[in-house]
Amino acid sequence: MNIREEFKNKYQIEPITVNTRLEDESYLTVKHEDFIPACLALHKLCHSPVMMMFAEDKRKTRSCYRLNTAFYAANTQHWYYICLDFPGADQEFPSVAKEIYSATLFEREIWEMFGIRPEGSPDLRRLRLHEEVWPEGYFPLRKDFTPPPATGRTGQEYNFIKGEGEGLFEVPVGPVHAGIIGPGHFHFTAAGEPIINLELRLGFTHRGVEKLMEGKTLTEALKLCECVSGDAAFAHSLACCSAAEKIFDLTVPARAKLIRAICLELERMYNHINDIGGIALDVGFSFASSFASVMKETILQLNDSISGNRYLKGVNVIGGVTKDINERSAAGLIGKLKTLNTDLKGLEEILFSSASFMDRVDSTGILRQKTAEDIGIIGLAGRASGLTLDLRTNTEPYRLAGFKPIVLGTGDALARLKIRLLEFKQSVQLINSFAGQLASGALASIPAGIKEDFALGAVEGWRGPVLYWLKLDSNQKIERCKITDPSFHNWEGLSYAVQGEIIPDFPLCNKSFDLSYSGNDL
Amino acid sequence: MAILKIIKNRLVKGIVDLRREELMPEIEALGKELKRVINRRFRGSFHLREVDTGSCGACESEIIATTNPIYDVQRFGVNFVASPKHADALLVTGPVSRNMLLALQKTYEAIPGEKFVITLGDCALNGGLFKDSYYTLGGVDKVLKVDLHIPGCPPTPTEIIKRLLSLLIAPGEI
Repeated sequence: MNIREEFKNKYQIEPITVNTRLEDESYLTVKHEDFIPACLALHKLCHSPVMMMFAEDKRKTRSCYRLNTAFYAANTQHWYYICLDFPGADQEFPSVAKEIYSATLFEREIWEMFGIRPEGSPDLRRLRLHEEVWPEGYFPLRKDFTPPPATGRTGQEYNFIKGEGEGLFEVPVGPVHAGIIGPGHFHFTAAGEPIINLELRLGFTHRGVEKLMEGKTLTEALKLCECVSGDAAFAHSLACCSAAEKIFDLTVPARAKLIRAICLELERMYNHINDIGGIALDVGFSFASSFASVMKETILQLNDSISGNRYLKGVNVIGGVTKDINERSAAGLIGKLKTLNTDLKGLEEILFSSASFMDRVDSTGILRQKTAEDIGIIGLAGRASGLTLDLRTNTEPYRLAGFKPIVLGTGDALARLKIRLLEFKQSVQLINSFAGQLASGALASIPAGIKEDFALGAVEGWRGPVLYWLKLDSNQKIERCKITDPSFHNWEGLSYAVQGEIIPDFPLCNKSFDLSYSGNDL
Repeated sequence: MAILKIIKNRLVKGIVDLRREELMPEIEALGKELKRVINRRFRGSFHLREVDTGSCGACESEIIATTNPIYDVQRFGVNFVASPKHADALLVTGPVSRNMLLALQKTYEAIPGEKFVITLGDCALNGGLFKDSYYTLGGVDKVLKVDLHIPGCPPTPTEIIKRLLSLLIAPGEI
């Protein structure tokens, strides 16, 4: 679509500038009063939630902050941004969250990290810089930030949403949980058995990744990407690489593209089988869970044999890959995958023939399509609720392999389980097809020249879209890096899915989403 | 119905357990030694409570992998417990995010009697990639006295078992 025409004729909005330097991204800078109407227009035109919203501190060069709000048009695979520049002295921008719910968390993030206030926002509580340990008035992502001098407790406390009424009680859980798992706080309000509200308080693994990125070279940054969310290390480094490759206008060799796709699918497979086992474990079906853990171990060892790392770290470089898959290892890979596919069918039979297992997962933790759409759920959890977005659709090399996203509609734990089973089998097919296409060629192209620019890298990781928005300065160091893991969108979905369920079903619901703590907390 | 499928699967595939010797001879040799030491010093069981202070999750994945049927670290007497009240030692991952400081201290204090602290992964040693961050304390030893470190990003299950053995064997450490 011609966005300028569309905006002018349909919505009477005239953008100040439209930047279409990149093939699949358009940046529309708008006037202050047009900001909310423009966001709403794109929200409608693209049928997209706010995919990403972030600020840049440009006070030094242009004495303003810039706010970018990203939407994705899935039918044309195009990213649209509404950009708003406002004077540094203002420290305020109009809140979109009242109109588009999926902007809420991003606005809270911008408020705590930059100290610029979304005017009229319904919720300004902090997400990551917990009030108990972080004093007021320190905003890490400002360029002139200096850390607070005194550490220790501040005496402040977080305000949980309180349910009131006869017989209601509250159950606080975490941050340290019973299992071997990341830290997060779950605050349940229950009426007898059923949960009437679940409030999530995350941020416990906050490490200041976005600030650490600033001033790093791309090579240094790539190492850090692999430690943002350890179980999606490959998707994260790939997203970072794609952003850099777009900035340098690099063409990735076909062979490298295929190897990357193989690794991305292997990552999906080991995580999916891990969750299938986890779901079985959380209803007490230990045989199925052990069975799945052996399969996961097999894939991790397979990763190790083709890349030298069980979590596929160190495979990606800007421009391509460092590890090759030769004919022999490709044949070995395909042989192993065949066995795994047979094993999966066995596991599926075992799970689906157990009445007590099915009783637990069927229609548990339902996330309705309307809710999922409104709160901006993406990726696997979205597809289980009937949303079709999958960034792999119509991109190479997936198009050639005949990829179609797997979408179910019931939105319960069983749907999320089934999607994993189906995607696992689909990944086996995809890898077979990719391995068959491997033709001899270079593994990486080398970036040349100096580019002072920005671009977005977007990859469909196993949880959903992993987004890296990268901006390089004239010294080829990173000036701003905005990371969005799908977990940041999807944690909210969990708190809706458990409403009306009983607390003993919470672990099952949680595992059926299996979201990242560290990817969310950054 | 499910039980019939499970039995069929067993008959066809055999028990993964019994093929350990051929799968991983190194683990077997280490494990036997580890079991002997745990029997002698801890009356047969050594209980760990894990705390994540801001790791990326890869370390957790590898810790969980030590309990899968291939490595099956429980058979050597090493167990992961839900409550610090049942633990002999604390196993800590991550560079210690400010938000996790209090939880880490409280979990440590809840372990009864003589206890020791094991750190796992490069972040837990000195903050690793995150040591210059405004929000991490840069390593567990800034907060607690650490008895053993298991290096790696993340360490493999074999490495974890090896290092645990070295801790338990070293005299004077406990």
